[in-house]
Amino acid sequence: MIAEAGLAALWLAASMALIQFIAGLTLLRACNGLLVPLIKPAAYVQGALCTFAFFTLMWLFYVTDLSVLLVANNSHIDKPLIFKLAGTWGNHEGSMLLWVTILSVSGSAIAFLEKRIEAKTLSATLAVQGFLALGFFAFLLFSSNPFERLVPAPIAGAGLNPLLQDVGLAFHPPTLYFGYVGLSIAFSFAVGALLTNQVGPAFARAMRPWVLGAWIFLTIGIAAGSYWAYYELGWGGWWFWDPVENASLMPWLAATALLHSVSVLASRNALRAWTIMLALVAFAMSMAGTFLVRSGILTSVHAFAVDPERGSFILALMLLYTGLAFVIFALCIGTVKQGEPFQLLSREGGIVANNIFLSVILAVVLIGTLYPLAAEAVGDKISVGPPYFNKATVPIAVLLMLALLVGPLLRWRRDDLGRLKYWFIGAAAILLMSCLAIWKCAPEIGIFPLLGIALSIALAVAAWMPLRGRKLLRTPAPVFGMVIAHFGLAVSVFGMAAESGFSSETLTALAPGESAKVAGWEVKLNDVNPIAGDNWVAVEGDMVAAKNGNEFVLHPQSRHFFTPPMQTSEAALLTRWNGQLYAVIAQPDQEGDGRWQVRLWWKPFVTFIWFGALLIALGGAIALLGRMFRPTKKLARNAWQAE
Amino acid sequence: MNRSWLLWAPLAVTACIGGLATYGLVVPKDEQVRSAMIGQKLPEFALPPATQGVLPLSNTDMGDGKPRLLNIFASWCIPCKAEAPQLEALEAAGVEIDGIAIRDRPEDVAAFLDEFGNPYRRIGSDSEMAVQLKLGSSGVPETYVIAADGTILFQHIGDIRTEHVPMLIEKLKATR
Amino acid sequence: MKIFVAILLMLAAPAFSQGIGPTPALANRQLPDPAKEAEATRLMHSLRCIQCQGQSIADSDASMAATMRAEVRQQIVAGQKPEAIRVWMIERYGEWVSFEPDFKGAGLLLWLTPILLLFVSFWLARGLFRRRT
Repeated sequence: MIAEAGLAALWLAASMALIQFIAGLTLLRACNGLLVPLIKPAAYVQGALCTFAFFTLMWLFYVTDLSVLLVANNSHIDKPLIFKLAGTWGNHEGSMLLWVTILSVSGSAIAFLEKRIEAKTLSATLAVQGFLALGFFAFLLFSSNPFERLVPAPIAGAGLNPLLQDVGLAFHPPTLYFGYVGLSIAFSFAVGALLTNQVGPAFARAMRPWVLGAWIFLTIGIAAGSYWAYYELGWGGWWFWDPVENASLMPWLAATALLHSVSVLASRNALRAWTIMLALVAFAMSMAGTFLVRSGILTSVHAFAVDPERGSFILALMLLYTGLAFVIFALCIGTVKQGEPFQLLSREGGIVANNIFLSVILAVVLIGTLYPLAAEAVGDKISVGPPYFNKATVPIAVLLMLALLVGPLLRWRRDDLGRLKYWFIGAAAILLMSCLAIWKCAPEIGIFPLLGIALSIALAVAAWMPLRGRKLLRTPAPVFGMVIAHFGLAVSVFGMAAESGFSSETLTALAPGESAKVAGWEVKLNDVNPIAGDNWVAVEGDMVAAKNGNEFVLHPQSRHFFTPPMQTSEAALLTRWNGQLYAVIAQPDQEGDGRWQVRLWWKPFVTFIWFGALLIALGGAIALLGRMFRPTKKLARNAWQAE
Repeated sequence: MNRSWLLWAPLAVTACIGGLATYGLVVPKDEQVRSAMIGQKLPEFALPPATQGVLPLSNTDMGDGKPRLLNIFASWCIPCKAEAPQLEALEAAGVEIDGIAIRDRPEDVAAFLDEFGNPYRRIGSDSEMAVQLKLGSSGVPETYVIAADGTILFQHIGDIRTEHVPMLIEKLKATR
Repeated sequence: MKIFVAILLMLAAPAFSQGIGPTPALANRQLPDPAKEAEATRLMHSLRCIQCQGQSIADSDASMAATMRAEVRQQIVAGQKPEAIRVWMIERYGEWVSFEPDFKGAGLLLWLTPILLLFVSFWLARGLFRRRT
């Protein structure tokens, strides 16, 4: 009965979305807003019903109700509780239910909280949101019903994909979903504002927290995914420019650009059409990302829940939403007036540069990812991989960081070079000195790691400059947020550059008792033992790493899973403040000689990559909280002080 | 300047991506990596015999005026067992077949031949897959049609099914 | 218990088996000369493993990747230039094996994309900046 109740709630929620959409249509002049009063209540009820349906499914996983197909396929009576619960979204149907639940609850939240924009714009936004939700409900109910029954019920259940039995990975997909849904809200706001011709600062302020929130989740999601790939794939890489990774990076790039342009719109009433455009693109990218991951049209190591039929459903939804939105954009953007003027050398100018660089990186990643498919269509079989993406995007990222050294220090509307000349000289000096110093210490370093380290040092200083001359206690939280996020970027880039420039590698084969050296560490293989887990067996290396008289125990594993058969490496990581020792044990080397393949890396400052990403997200969170707890009136006054 | 056409550019880009994605969904993905060596002479190699009692294989053993098949197999490969009857049928039809055993042990090859028959004229042992790499081969089993002058004419990826037998015989005849 | 797990491991082995032949010596060993090893590593990161799901041969446990790594190191030792080895691989497996498209045909267009995009976007953005205040 419980499953049926959940299903009924879903159908009712879908009808609420339909009401939301139809009532929104009556905003058209001919209907005189006949049904508009229904919109808000429908949004509340939709949110409540979806929440109910989601917790129903969670309950079914909690009690392991094996008469439900989804539970039987993805759970097991013996599984630890945390993974039983994570099983709710660790599969296609459940993750789609999570998606619509977040979407509906966010809709309720807008209906309840949003007071800044005109009632008509809010109604249009909620109608668009209802239209989006309707598509996902159709997807859920017609092609991926999570509450389908299984007759007869099995006794034990099939178990969750072994790779998903990892705490990090159990929470990775929902994190990205929060991000994607946040971008869908931004999309609804953009279309609503476009339709009611209200593209201005009020709209920007209403949309900003959703963009910021989405961006925080995407940042954390990507960082977590990268760290997972780093310790699980066993070759020390943390970013492979794999299609699935690119699919998660593209919405982040769009959201980052949007985050900056929306602040121009909010405080300076400029970049109106461009901000709308970015909001549409950001959501389109999150749909495209979901499509790429689920359809399996591109070959990837991380493919998840691949199913071409569902892929085509997502594709149809993506084309419907994005296509309609771009038609509305083309028709309505003419009515959006030109924003406030500004000069090239101004804060706006800096943000335009930021937006151009980020958009070009986004376009390069998108084109590079789809290029093999396009080439295949004309009969060419080519691969586009890390060497291309690195060479094509890193120079643009260097330009972006150069712009970042100056951009946040510029004044709105217009600024003059004279005012900032000391900073220009200072920044150039820091860059030059760092380049020379690094080059002196390591003359063989590549150009990109060299520039990366020098730029990150300069940026680590530049990031704090906007606080100069401010009374710290009276500085608004968003400024602190910006400073911390930019500093986080410097930290992360430093980690990337140091890792790619200065990693040491030792590939060897050791018999128990032998040892190998890497970057001043002496790693001894004491023993190799077989061990067993719930659904895997492994060989585990018993290693001791020693440096300067300190000794640390390492236990890398090479795991074999049975169902489905697959092999994973669990690298042993030894974290020091200045880097990580990364140890892997692989196969026996040659038959019968008793030696095991061992791979060792010393990766200087590699942890800074993810630590920096967390700082970036923290900066976002500070800005978000600062905006949420600030009275609206004061915010509006501050924003217009420049006038 | 009139830039109204630009407003429709995003829609056009969406349509292109949509078209490409639809293509990707509709046309089945070709996972096979074909050798780029078709039409070229066999690379130089000389392999030791794969087990006792078989002849070794080098590139000069082929291209001696007679077209033949080169079959890449391994005792540990399951589809190779499935294609054994078809190789027998080809041999019975008078086709000369040379074999290369990939990453194999002599005793395993011997057991494999005992169980599934030996249609091979010669069998070389490519224990480190070096010759496989030279041929542009990407897995086991694979079968190549080698012309009388030692040119690689055709690559069949995967096991030989019954329907492939006449096709391979046809290809061999055509080279004469 | 240990013995039981060891037996399980042996039973599991055929499921993952890619044969039991020896791994080529240079597949999982570095070259003694760090400069040559660096050259080889850079090349290995740009070659696609034939048996895997879009990984480079430098990031893969597949036996084919091991063979390809050994081939790369052998040819580097023999004094080949990395570019020549890349061409050698392409001659056998086609353009597909290289993660780095060539500067010709479809690949050329791809390489020009970032530059073209930068120019186009600055050209489009120039209307935003006004001299008047």
